[in-house]
Amino acid sequence: MKYIDEYRQQGLAEGLAREIHRTVTRPWVLMEVCGGQTHSIVKYGLDYLLPKQIELVHGPGCPVCVTPLEMIDKAQAIARRPEVIFCSFGDMLRVPGSESDLLILKSRGADVRVVYSPLDCLKIARANPDKKVVFFAIGFETTAPANAMSVWQARQEGLRNYSILASHVLVPPAMEAILQSPDNRVQGFLGPGHVCTVVGYREYEPIAAKYHVPIVVTGFEPLDLLEGTLMTLRQLESGRAEVENQYPRVVKREGNLVAQELVNKVFEVCDRSWRGVGTIPQSGYRLRSEFRDYDAEQLFQVTGIKTQESPICISGLVLRGVKKPHDCPAFGKECTPQHPLGATMVSAEGACAAYYTYGRHLQRQKAAPAKQSELEAVHS
Amino acid sequence: MCLAIPGKVLEIERNAQGVRMAKTNFGGIVKTVCLEYTPEIVPGDYVLVHVGFALSKVDEEEAARTYEILREMNQLADLEEAEAEATAAPPAKGDAP
Repeated sequence: MKYIDEYRQQGLAEGLAREIHRTVTRPWVLMEVCGGQTHSIVKYGLDYLLPKQIELVHGPGCPVCVTPLEMIDKAQAIARRPEVIFCSFGDMLRVPGSESDLLILKSRGADVRVVYSPLDCLKIARANPDKKVVFFAIGFETTAPANAMSVWQARQEGLRNYSILASHVLVPPAMEAILQSPDNRVQGFLGPGHVCTVVGYREYEPIAAKYHVPIVVTGFEPLDLLEGTLMTLRQLESGRAEVENQYPRVVKREGNLVAQELVNKVFEVCDRSWRGVGTIPQSGYRLRSEFRDYDAEQLFQVTGIKTQESPICISGLVLRGVKKPHDCPAFGKECTPQHPLGATMVSAEGACAAYYTYGRHLQRQKAAPAKQSELEAVHS
Repeated sequence: MCLAIPGKVLEIERNAQGVRMAKTNFGGIVKTVCLEYTPEIVPGDYVLVHVGFALSKVDEEEAARTYEILREMNQLADLEEAEAEATAAPPAKGDAP
């Protein structure tokens, strides 16, 4: 496929890996912000191509993972109502709430539907005027334009049986929360390429300057990730801390201004609670008051939710890059993608699920020799 | 979740609600995507699509430039390696003094 296959060529990856080995003189800890990047890194074993001194820690950029338990319980309470058709992206269905998940509710008769796009919900709402269609609007800045458009379009059409349960999160405040944390180890970031497609990267410039940390806006294909890593390491090795763009084929500094305009008409910034992390000020979007008729939280007024997290799960520490999945005693034992204890094991983009899917729980002992042989392959 | 993939715009039309949509080819699979956020797009352009919305035009020049840099870096690395090997190689038979 054009613009995908070119960025997966093994020969070019080997060239980049060699250049990274030449560049690095000391240990560095980098964080890839986005869960999609984590998934690519683990899938292609890109971390095995890096020098041993370079550690990649996995960031909080998985909206499924960070959606708070209270919101998941709220979604389930709404989905249980007989007059509701509850729509969601597929990866939210198996996220465990305090007692159940959306897929179990569906098996018990609730009308829970998977949609590819929020615009699909409008079709469902038009076809079911006697039902209330609720969309679980999660996501980062990348998804906000689509979710905002669904609400905007519903109002334009006068569609009154559509609402969203908004649990939107924003990347820059989460990066600042990580940098301000006393146990922070991150020295450079691979920035979230698709978030920046929408909002650009001007917002990241003050963060790079304030914390003296390089941020390289990076794509998702193997060559993008290796080049982003190289650019970040070159900055660290030369003492620079700037925002650079590895992904100029889709990301512009100002982002997509048309999308930003509609997002700002529909949503406003609010404090938001992140699962495993806690409340981060000004880190999410909620619907503006003029759209309250489309706000499922206002319409359904769910109260009395008492949440209970697994006492052994360390997903919060994994999300902040403090621990790796295999530091958890439950990883691959009590906790698997079939029976997840916490959100980083549920979503395919969660660090724990990515490690499990690509066999890292089996390779724990073999990891070091594998790394060596990979490196030899690169140098041969 | 922030997965977005590039596709080639085939045909542009307005749907029953007046929203600008495009039939878009993703390596053989054709899906309809919303173009409201990318008003500049014309058929033949590549767009980056996330949950049914085109978020950005794929800049062909930038894509070619990035790819060229990567290729040059690889050739340079191969060249350096070949030189290093040539320097380290023992003298060939017959060259001995």
